[in-house]
Order: sequence, then C-alpha cells, then structure tokens
Amino acid sequence: MNLSLEWLKEFTPALETTPHEYSDKMTDTGSKVEGFDELGKDIVNVKAGRITKIEKHPDADRLVVCQVNVGDRSVQIVTAATNVYEGALVPVALAPATLNGGLEIKKTKMRGIESEGMFCSIAELGLTLNDMPSAVEDGILILNDECKEGDDVADALKLRDVAVEFEITSNRPDCLSVIGLARETAATYGDFLSVEVKDVDKCPRYTARYVKNVRIAPSPLWMRMRLRASGVRPINNIVDITNYVMLEYGQPMHAFDASCLSGSKITVRRAAEGEKFKSLDDKDHVLRSDMLVIADDEKAVALAGVMGGANSEIKDTTVNVVFESANFDGASVRIAARDNAMRTESSSRFEKGLDPENTLPALERACELVELLGAGEVVDGYIDVYGKKKTEVTLPLEADRINAFLGTDLSEEYMIKILEKLEFKVENGIIQVPHFRSDIEYMNDVAEEVIRIHGYNSIESTLFKSGVKIGLPTREQAYRRRLCDYLCALGFDEIYTFSFISPKYYDRIALPENSPLRRSVVISNPLGEDTSVMRTTALPSLLEVLSHNDNHHTHGVSLYEMAKVYLPSDDAEALPEEKFKVMIGFYGEGDFYRMKGVVESVLAESGIKDAVYSACPDDPSYHPGRCAVVSSADGRAIGVFGEIHPSVQKTYGIGSPVYAAELDLNTLFALSNFDTHYTPLPKYPATTRDFAFVVSDEIEVGAIENVMKKAGGKTVESVKLFDVYRGEQVPEGMKSLAFNVSMRSPDHTLTDEEADKVTKKILTLLERELGITLRS
Amino acid sequence: MKEKLEQIRREAEERLKAQNVDLEELRIRFLGKKGELTSVLRGMGALTPEERPVIGQMANEVRAYIEKAIAEKGEELKKELLKSKLKKERLDVTMPGNAPKVGKRHPLAKVEMEMWDIFLGMGFDIAEGPEVEYDYYRFQALNIPENHPARDTQDTFYVTPKILLRSQTSPVQARVMEKQKPPIRIISPGRVYRSDEVDATHSPMFHQLEGLVVDKGITMGDLKGTLELFAQKMFGEKTRIRFRPHHFPFTEPSAEVDVSCFVCGGKGCRVCKGEGWIEILGAGMVHPNVLRNCGIDPDVYSGFAFGMGIERIVMCKYGIDDMRLLYENDVRFLEQF
Repeated sequence: MNLSLEWLKEFTPALETTPHEYSDKMTDTGSKVEGFDELGKDIVNVKAGRITKIEKHPDADRLVVCQVNVGDRSVQIVTAATNVYEGALVPVALAPATLNGGLEIKKTKMRGIESEGMFCSIAELGLTLNDMPSAVEDGILILNDECKEGDDVADALKLRDVAVEFEITSNRPDCLSVIGLARETAATYGDFLSVEVKDVDKCPRYTARYVKNVRIAPSPLWMRMRLRASGVRPINNIVDITNYVMLEYGQPMHAFDASCLSGSKITVRRAAEGEKFKSLDDKDHVLRSDMLVIADDEKAVALAGVMGGANSEIKDTTVNVVFESANFDGASVRIAARDNAMRTESSSRFEKGLDPENTLPALERACELVELLGAGEVVDGYIDVYGKKKTEVTLPLEADRINAFLGTDLSEEYMIKILEKLEFKVENGIIQVPHFRSDIEYMNDVAEEVIRIHGYNSIESTLFKSGVKIGLPTREQAYRRRLCDYLCALGFDEIYTFSFISPKYYDRIALPENSPLRRSVVISNPLGEDTSVMRTTALPSLLEVLSHNDNHHTHGVSLYEMAKVYLPSDDAEALPEEKFKVMIGFYGEGDFYRMKGVVESVLAESGIKDAVYSACPDDPSYHPGRCAVVSSADGRAIGVFGEIHPSVQKTYGIGSPVYAAELDLNTLFALSNFDTHYTPLPKYPATTRDFAFVVSDEIEVGAIENVMKKAGGKTVESVKLFDVYRGEQVPEGMKSLAFNVSMRSPDHTLTDEEADKVTKKILTLLERELGITLRS
Repeated sequence: MKEKLEQIRREAEERLKAQNVDLEELRIRFLGKKGELTSVLRGMGALTPEERPVIGQMANEVRAYIEKAIAEKGEELKKELLKSKLKKERLDVTMPGNAPKVGKRHPLAKVEMEMWDIFLGMGFDIAEGPEVEYDYYRFQALNIPENHPARDTQDTFYVTPKILLRSQTSPVQARVMEKQKPPIRIISPGRVYRSDEVDATHSPMFHQLEGLVVDKGITMGDLKGTLELFAQKMFGEKTRIRFRPHHFPFTEPSAEVDVSCFVCGGKGCRVCKGEGWIEILGAGMVHPNVLRNCGIDPDVYSGFAFGMGIERIVMCKYGIDDMRLLYENDVRFLEQF
C-alpha cells in the first residue's frame, strides 16, 4: 500500500513530520513502512516561462532561438522543439537545474548561440501521457494558464509528494486505505494540536478543537437573521458560529486558520515586551509583557480575549480551523483591550469575569453547529487545559441574619425555595453557589437573591432605631449658607459656573505670564480645551456670565457665586487645596461705592470690625485707580474688589463698567464673630458738630476720618462724610469735604464747652498730621 | 321767660342747621357773656322765688343742649373736612410697587438647601470632601479594585494615574467611615465630574447628594423608610417610592429607586414620560467589603447608602428641559426661582 502523505494530511491536517520520522514512528506502532519515494524531488529550478520571441538560428536550420520571460527576467533558450510558438507558456529548466532521474542542465552554446537552459517535455518531468493527457509525447509541455511566469513548475503541477510504502498485514485490510492509515497515524501521533498555558492565572482554562475541510460560505439565513437581530454583522459560516455561540452561551470564541499556525503547538503566553501584533482589523499594536497572547511556535496569533491576529484570520480559502474557547482573567483582558484601544464584544465580556466551566459546553456547541451547517468536519478529540479550577463557593444560609439585615420575616424554607429556583443548592444549611454565578460571596449577596425574587417593594418601611441624634450643619456650612442668603437679600442672584476652564481664560483677565495663578491642576483626558484645567480663580467664570447677560440685553445684573478654586500642591502626589471664594459682580446697577458698600455689609454681617481698605493699583484685572484690597485689622488679606480694567471689560465685550469682588471665604469665616452683647441705649443726648475742609485730592477720606476718631477719643461716637464737592469755588486738584461728628458721654449731657474742646482737639491734630484746616 | 328760653333753643337749633355755620359766632351769640342766654338769666332777679329754680333749671338745660349741639356740629365738620382732604390724597393703586430688589438663590442651591433641611431634621450631618480626589477613595475603598470594568476612563477625568475628579460624592463616605466610628449618619452634597459632552441632559460637571447611615441593626427596611420620608417631605406627602433591583459595586443588595411622579401624581405626564414614576435615586445596603476597607466590622455593623443627582430633581421639579440653562446663568432664568 502506497500512501500519499499529501492525501493523508487531509485527514491529519496538523501532522508535521519528515518522511523518515514518519516511517520510523509508524513502523514502531505496527504499520510497517517498506520505504518511501519523495516524488518530484529531482526536479529543481524548473520555472514556467512565456516565449516572447522565436527567431531562426543563424547557423542551424533545425534550431530556433527563443526569448523567454521567466517572471523576474528574460532568458534565451535554443531549442529543437517544433511545437513551441510565441506566447506559449512552457516549463523551462533554468541552468543550473536538474530534471527527472537527476539529469543536470547547464548553460551551453548551441552552434555558437548561448542557451541558458532547456524547455522540458513531460518525460523530463517524470510524467507520462496518462498523467498529462493534454500533452504531446515528443514535444514540449505546454502549460495551461493556471500558472504564471516564474512559478515553480513542480509545485504548480503538484509533482511533489511523498509516497510511503506500507506493508499491511493480512489481518488489517482496514489499513489498505487512506482513512485507515490516517486513523493509525492519529493514534501514533496523539493530538496533532497541543496547547501549553504558561500563565495559568491569566488563563485558567483553554479548550480547543480542530475542524477540517471547512467550506467557507455564508451561514444559513436563520443564523444570519439571529445575529442581525442581536446586532452582530454576519461574516461567513465559521466566524458566524463563533459569534453565535458567544451570544448563546456568553462565551467568546475565536477561530484560527490552522494553515497559518506554524508548528502544532499553541502556547498561551505573555507577550514579549515590545512584541508586534497586527489584529484582524489590520491595526498594528506594540504589546507589553503584561498582555497575554495566543501564539504558535513563531508568532502571536491572537491577543487573548480581545481579538485575533490578521495572520491567522479565517479567509475564503481556509481549509482547516482551530476553534478556541478559553477563559481569561478579566483584569488582564481589560488592560490589554484598553491599552490597545480595542474594546471588543469579547473583551467587554471577559473583563467582567466569566465562568471557566462554560468553555467546553460552548466549544461543543460550536462543533455541533459546524456539523449542522455542513461547514466542515469536526476532528475527534478536543484539548482542555484547565490549569486553575474554579473553587466551588459555599456559604452558610443564615436566615435569621438575613431577616435582621433586610428587616423582613421570611422563613428559611421560603428562602431555600427561592435559592433553588436560581439553581443554588442548599443542603444542611450550606448554600452551594452555581458555577455561573461569580457574584455570590457574602450574606449580603444571598440576601439580595432572596429579596429580589421575593420583591424589594414588599419590605416594610421602617425608621432606624438608634437614639436621638441632632443633625446640624458645621459652623462653616451654616456661615456659607447665611452669606448666600445675605447676598440674595442685598439684591444679588446666585450663579453656578463650571469648575474647569480653559487656560486661555487667564489671558482674558490679563494675568501676567509669571502669575502663580497660572499653575493649575490639569486634566489629563479633558473633553476639550475649554474644560481642561481646574480654575485657580473664579473671576473669568463670573465675567463670562456677566458678559452672557449683557449680550442678551439685560441692562443691569448683580450676581454672586460661592465658587471653589483649586490650587495645586507643589507635591504632584498630593491633592490640591480647594477653597471657596465669594465672587460678587455687577454692571449697570451701581458704581465702585456700591461694591464697597456690599463688601462692608458682608463684613458687618460676619461680625468683622475695623477692616482696613487700601488702594490697590497693581491688580492687572482691575482699574488701577478703582481697586481696593480689604484686610482685617491685624493685616490678614480678605479680598480684592473694584472696577474691572477697561481692557478686560472690552475683552469680555461688556458695554458698561463692571464691578467685581473676590473674597476669601476661609479668611472671612476665620475672622467672623457672631457673639452678640447688648449695649445699653444712650441715656444722654448726643451733640453734633459739622466740619468742612478744602483739601488736596491726594488726601484720602479714610485718613481724615482716622485722625478725627483718634483725636476725639471715646467721646466721638461717629464720623460721617456727608458731602464731597469739586468744581466752582474749589481750586483745581482740590476737593471740598463735609463731615458730621457725633459726640456723646455715657454719664452726662455734654456741655458746649466740652464739645468745643473736642472739636479743637480734632482740628489741631488734623492740622498737625494732615496739614488741613477748616474751610474759611 | 319760658317762651323766651324755648325760643332761644329753637333758634340755636335752626342756626346750626345752616350751610356755612360759624360755630364760634353761634357760641358767642347764645352762650357768650353778652349772649342771649346770659341776658335771659340776668333777668332772673325779676322772678318769684317759686319760679326761679324752675326757670334756672330750664335755662341750664337749654345751655347744655346748645353746648352739646355746637360740639357735635364741630366734630361733624372736622370729619367732613378730613374726608375731603383724604379724598384729594387718593393714589392710583394700580401703579407698580417699588420694592427693593432681592436676589435669588440658584435653583440647584434652592433644592439642595431643601434637602439639607430635610436630612438635618432626620439627624443627618453634612460631610464634605475634596472634588479632586485620590482614586483610592473613589475606587478601591468602594470595592472597585484595579482593572474593574466600572473603572473605565471613559467617564472619569484624571489628573494623574492616582488622582482624579470624583465622578460621584461617595469618596466622602469612605473618608467619613475611615475617620468616624459608627453611628454614622451623614449626607454628602457636592460637585461631581464625568466625561460627558454637554447637551440638554448631560453635563461634564453636575451635583449629587449622597447619604450614609452605619450602625448596629440597620436594615433595608430602614433604607426604604428613610427614602420614603425624604420623598414625602421633598415632593409631597402623597409621594410613593418604588425599589428596583440593580447593581452597584459598593452596595449589596442595590436598588434603583423611583418616586411617584410629583407632577401628575402617578397618572403619567410629560415629566415622567407617561410612566407615573421618576427615577431619581440609587441606593443599597453598604457592601461588607466597603465597611471592611474602612475599618468597620461588617459582622457587627450594617448600613445603607443612597445617592441622587440634584440637577435631575431640579429639572423635574421646575420643568426645565435643558440642563445647560443651569450653568448659563441668564438672570431671566435665575430670577424665576
């Protein structure tokens, strides 16, 4: 019995061997091999060539000189053959070449004309007219157009094979057949496919099965329509089966073209650092060593649980297929999918953690479908590497605890009934969790199973029984709320703005390049530039809103926000400081002094006395002559307020002057004082005196007031500015100021003499300290 | 003399009825020192001792009568005078009033404050925590280990691999449990961030309010009771709630909670999309791993947690159909609340 190994391979597709090894092994297992003949082995360097030109040999009537295209070049062949013609495709032995029987062909000169080889007849290729009935016995073999210029003729004509000669004993007539010998071969070689899992933690189970002689075609209508309804695009029968099973069993599968697997071993291993992989959507990936791949002897053929490789994709020409149904660790699939930007239906299932018990049933279902669809022949035997068996989860059924936890009164029998409906087993108070439920670990989980089937809404509503407890906002929370209400009472509407802004917003409020406020917490995956950094100042947000309202023709608005800002820490590992800023802003509804009044009022409401206001000419967002900082008597900065710089106002496209205040909530709260003590109402009348001065514009009212209060001491109850005048009768660069000073004594009615004495003191000190005198 | 007195009385009566009576002149004429009554009395000397008291009494009666009549007339005239003065002072009450402008709290703050008050009343404290947060508190502490599917970067903004913008306020719960021993009863309101493009129903920044109760013997019935009470105070006494089983990694059992539509009362309307129910809450019993991660023994203590989006409630409550309005801060919008 001569066996064609080519033929044998149809039945043992994964057989990888040499004729020698094969002969020895088969002999050892009882199928004696007499010898083997490596057909076509002699035929070396015979290529298909197309004759492009035939000319007469100048010195020989029976010879012609041919120009022949052998694919990569053109050669000159001298021949005596008579059946060749221009355009014919013929076998060309290109020197140095050998032909049937070892005949060597060298370059030669025939009657002085060089010939680079020789055209071949069927005999020279070891064939007869029986093998090649269309040929001419004594002429050159004319090839049909199935091969093209440059093809190896021995391959194209399928001349290469190994004929193994078996001596079959008389008791085994079944082995006088390819199938019989294939059976013996399979038994001798064991599994043609072997799988090694190198990382059991990442691949607890790997099952695979071989399908041969597949006939790639569209899957039947019913399957295509079910896939379509499930949102999966039908591709071809084999791919569709993997998707169908994934949908039906919840187990992702993959099919490899077996011919693309080099060697007979599948290895599940970690990728080499930097290993390259082209996925079947033709995208290139560079892998890391924490990613798991399915590999043959040479290369990765799939990124485990994510996507197969382009190198082993099922094609129309695929003949043999390896089906994979494996279980991979969720976390590592998730990382691989995420970092290669390949979220697939498969990866999104694996990353949630699948049941390893499900791989084999799914694989069997796939093979069943192959047979049902007539898509191929399922080879006997499957591979199952189950390295990390899932431990069975058991836990006690604690009915009392469950009732106490849920606030229910369900009987243990009832709980068991529910659990059994869900395929749990309960024996002797122990619950055995079904293998497909990986979410059941604790009493809470069991409680949920019971109560969701019983009905959440049947739980009776109760209120927890812990003792009386008072709920109070913290002092700071209460202060914030009080401040918000107070600002509303002052006529300001509250706004809410986004905490993230564009870094360009810092330019809009004219922050200098080196301002520390330009260093923000940066979002690494922002939606867009507009929301890419956490603000360090809420002024741009406020101005943005004022601008929006002005653009919508609202002629005056007054707004405030309790706005958080985020100040990055110097330590990149540390969280930023988050602070509240009280942002107040308006246009069209007042001037600088309204804003100052609001600030004073907020401070008064907070119980903060003796705040100091001073001019602030150097805040780039504000008008240099109309900006003030406010700080506590002991010098702690509370905030800044004033008229927004005209160029910033212009940037925001607001038509009229804009006023803003930025107060630090932490400082306000730290300074706030809500202890209230009653002061008795005055028993004796106050005496008032008016003062009018003409002073230089440079002198600040605050300075005059301070001197007047200092000079008057305790007797001066209040100093009130009631008139400011510039214009006629007042020289240029001067202003006329009028103050009303109220004086009072707690124990008697002040006499005129006493009041005059205080007045005199005030005037003396004013002259000495500020050089100003009463208006004459 | 009798006739004379009677005549004086009648005459005075007559005169008082006149249109533009001068009361002072009348008083002098009848009651003055040279007045008619006085001169009659002067003639009393000529009377007999018997007549004198009779006439005297009569004269006094006439005097009293005239005095009273003049006084009454005086009051009457004063009233008329005032009446005509007030008539002239009439204002057009349909002209607009002149109230000082009072600002409005933002609708999100308004609703949040209502929630504060309800929960403060139930003994909850208010806990706050950082918005820029360690991923530990957002994930690991809440039973979402590294590489858990719920950690998809798609919806979380990151600053560094370890620091993120919290996508819910739950990290505050973990921080509170770490620091405070039960009993714990807190709400944590605040800003949260998710990588959602802005549209009518999404925003990359929004507000949540979560609650947490941990103590011995806390039951799922307590969770239901608490949320029911909250819903009734927030949306009206007739509000009902409905629990639907769900999954959250940090609670078990978990539920999504619907309230009966507070616009239509459950009959079905535009706000509840005809369903009669509005989904506003997620809730559940704190997962034992979460308790354990925060140093609380789940065999001793149990607890519940819940959370809701404030924007969603504001939008349902006021019938706002576009979330963007809440951040645009147009005063024509703000001043409606």
